[in-house]
Amino acid sequence: MAMRDVRLLTEPFNPGTLIGPFTQANPGLGGVCTFVGEVRSGEGVEALELSHYEPLTLPGMHALADRAIARFDLMGLLMVHRVGMMRPGEPIVCVSAASRHRRDAIGAVDFTMDHLKSAAWFWKREKRADGWHWIEPRPQDHADRERWGN
Amino acid sequence: MIRVVFLGKLADIAGTDADGFALPDDEINWDGLLALLGPQLAEAVRAETVKLALNGTLLPDKAALIARAGDEIALLPPVSGG
Repeated sequence: MAMRDVRLLTEPFNPGTLIGPFTQANPGLGGVCTFVGEVRSGEGVEALELSHYEPLTLPGMHALADRAIARFDLMGLLMVHRVGMMRPGEPIVCVSAASRHRRDAIGAVDFTMDHLKSAAWFWKREKRADGWHWIEPRPQDHADRERWGN
Repeated sequence: MIRVVFLGKLADIAGTDADGFALPDDEINWDGLLALLGPQLAEAVRAETVKLALNGTLLPDKAALIARAGDEIALLPPVSGG
């Protein structure tokens, strides 16, 4: 049974402080794969705000963790997502998978990120010089998810 | 009273993240909810891409809504993803 750590955070976080303990909690692993997504800078975005709906968002992340764990041979899965107001350079998401063999860890992170990007219960808007703009998923985000067959 | 939660751009149209509405009857259906919301919001939430959750559970068909006092309805536009 793979261990899991699925969280929504309302305050800035340092992914490094999560990965160390996560790795140590999975003794005997063969590999760890970690992805950290940050608010891009240099594209005129002053701030990013993520809103969520508590009764759906966290249960949805757990359901996604169930699917990743069923699909890949994992020892552990960490899925941490920010909500609230973020500035360029701040981490938004951290997904880390530990497994006996590397392909399961790499695949699980890729799978989890593709689903988070297009199907998770988050609404995102960004602040530019002319005000706030709601963000729609890009067609590429849907295409990325469809690679997995659902 | 029922509580209605507006997500994403629906919150901009509503001018608030959530609002309480007094019920005219013991229960309310989809058309009754649209009447409570007023024409501008009603038009926005009628869109096929807007989903509805009743007390935290997504309804397969929002037009089949039946809500009672104390219930929470969330109106969910397409997600932006994480």
